[in-house]
Amino acid sequence: MKFLCVECDRQMRFEERQLPGDGTLAAAFKCPACGRVVALLTNPMETQLVASLGVKIGGRTIDEQPLETVRSNVASGREDAFTDDAKRESGSAPAWSAEAQERLARVPGFVRGMVKRIYADYAKQRGIAEITPAVMDTARTDLGLEGM
Amino acid sequence: MPLNIRTYHELTEADQSGLPEQIGAQRRRVADRLATVRRVVAVLSGKGGVGKSFVTAGVARALARTGRAVGVLDADFNGPTAPQLLDLPVARCTVRDNAIEPVVSSEGIRCFSMAMLLEEGQPLAFRGPEAEGHVWRGTLEAAALREFLADVAWGSLDELLVDLPPGVQRFTELIELLPVSPAVLAVTIPTPESRDAVRRALRAAVERGAHVLGVVENMVGGGFSGTAGDELAAEFGIPVLARIPWHPAPDTWDELVRNMGGAS
Ligand SMILES: Nc1ncnc2c1ncn2[C@@H]1O[C@H](COP(=O)(O)OP(=O)(O)O)[C@@H](O)[C@H]1O
Ligand SMILES: [Mg+2]
Repeated sequence: MKFLCVECDRQMRFEERQLPGDGTLAAAFKCPACGRVVALLTNPMETQLVASLGVKIGGRTIDEQPLETVRSNVASGREDAFTDDAKRESGSAPAWSAEAQERLARVPGFVRGMVKRIYADYAKQRGIAEITPAVMDTARTDLGLEGM
Repeated sequence: MPLNIRTYHELTEADQSGLPEQIGAQRRRVADRLATVRRVVAVLSGKGGVGKSFVTAGVARALARTGRAVGVLDADFNGPTAPQLLDLPVARCTVRDNAIEPVVSSEGIRCFSMAMLLEEGQPLAFRGPEAEGHVWRGTLEAAALREFLADVAWGSLDELLVDLPPGVQRFTELIELLPVSPAVLAVTIPTPESRDAVRRALRAAVERGAHVLGVVENMVGGGFSGTAGDELAAEFGIPVLARIPWHPAPDTWDELVRNMGGAS
C-alpha cells in the first residue's frame, strides 16, 4: 500500500505505527513536500486480519520469530507449551527492571517466551542496557506487537 | 473536476510496507526448511473418521522400522490426534536456533501437532473480536500450516507425512505453500459415501498437479460394505496400495510402505 498526497502529487513516507488502544492499529504517513501527516486507522477486525497474515503494515523491523503468528494469536494455548533454550539468554543479554519483569509476568505464558525474546532483541539492537516499561512501550509500538 | 490520482505503480518510491515481499519471505522460509526433506506425502480424504490419522501413524512407524527418517506434521488443528497415535509424551516444545524442536517418538518419528500447544481438552481458539472470528479463522489456520512447515526443525527427512483434516481446504493451502507438489495418499473406507467424498478431494489434488501415489482402503472386512478402493483406483488410474483390516498387524503397514515407493 502507498499513500499519495494528492495536493502535492507526492508519495507519502511511512512515519510510525501506533496501537492507541481499542484494537485500533494506526500507521502514520507524511508528505515529504508539505509535511502533512495522515494516519490510517484499522478497526479491530481489520487489525486482526492483517495480524493473521503474519505481515506488518509499514514493514518489518525485526525478523519473524518461530511460530510467531500461532503464538501471538492462539487464545487457548498451554501456559507451559514452550521452553526457550537457555544458552541464548546468556552473554550480553539486557537487564530487566523490576517493573518490566512484573509486566512481562502478566503476559500469558504461551507467548511470554517469544515476547521476552523480541524485547531483548530490540534492546540489544539499539544498545539499550535495561528494559523498562517505557522501553517496552516504545518497542511495542515500533514492532507493531498488537495486544502484547 | 475529479482529483488527479495516479496508480500504485506510477508512484515510484518503495512501498515501505512491502506486503508482497513479506509474503515472499514467508514462502522462502518454507522452501528453505523443506530443502532437506526428500518427499512430502499428504494423507488426504474428503471425509472425517475414515482413518487418515490412523493410517498416517501406521505408515510412519513402518517407515521408521525400515530405518528411514520420518516426520509427521499434524495439520488437523481442530482435531489433532497424531501425538496420541504415536504415543508421544506431553512435552514442552524447545525453541532453539530460531526454530521449534519437534517431539520425537521412541521409534524416532519427529512430530509436531497443535495438540502440543493447547491446554488439555481445550479446542483451538483465537484471540480477537469474536463476532467476526470467521473472517480470519481460515487465514490463521493457513498461517499455522505455514509456520508448522517453516518453523519446526524437521532436519533431514526421507518422508514428511502431513495428516490433513477432512475436506480439501487445508490440502489446497499446503500445495500453495510447498515449493514442489506433494505426493498424495488417499484414504477411504469401502462405502459409496466415502468414495464420493474422496473422489472430490482427489479431483482437487489432481487438478493442482499433485502426484497421487494410490488409495488405501481402511476398515475393510468389518461392517462397511462397498468397493470404494477399487472404484477410485480405476477412475483415477492409481493402485490400491493396501486394504487395512481392523487392528492390522505390522506387516500390513510394511507392505503399504513398500507399495508407496519413495526414497530408501
Ligand atoms: N483399521 C483400523 N483398526 C482399528 N481402529 C481404527 C482403524 N482405522 C481407524 N481406526 C480408529 O478409528 C477412529 C477414527 O480414525 P482416525 O484416524 O482418527 O480418522 P480421521 O483421521 O480420518 O478422522 C480412531 O479412533 C482410530 O484409531
Ligand atoms: Mg485425523
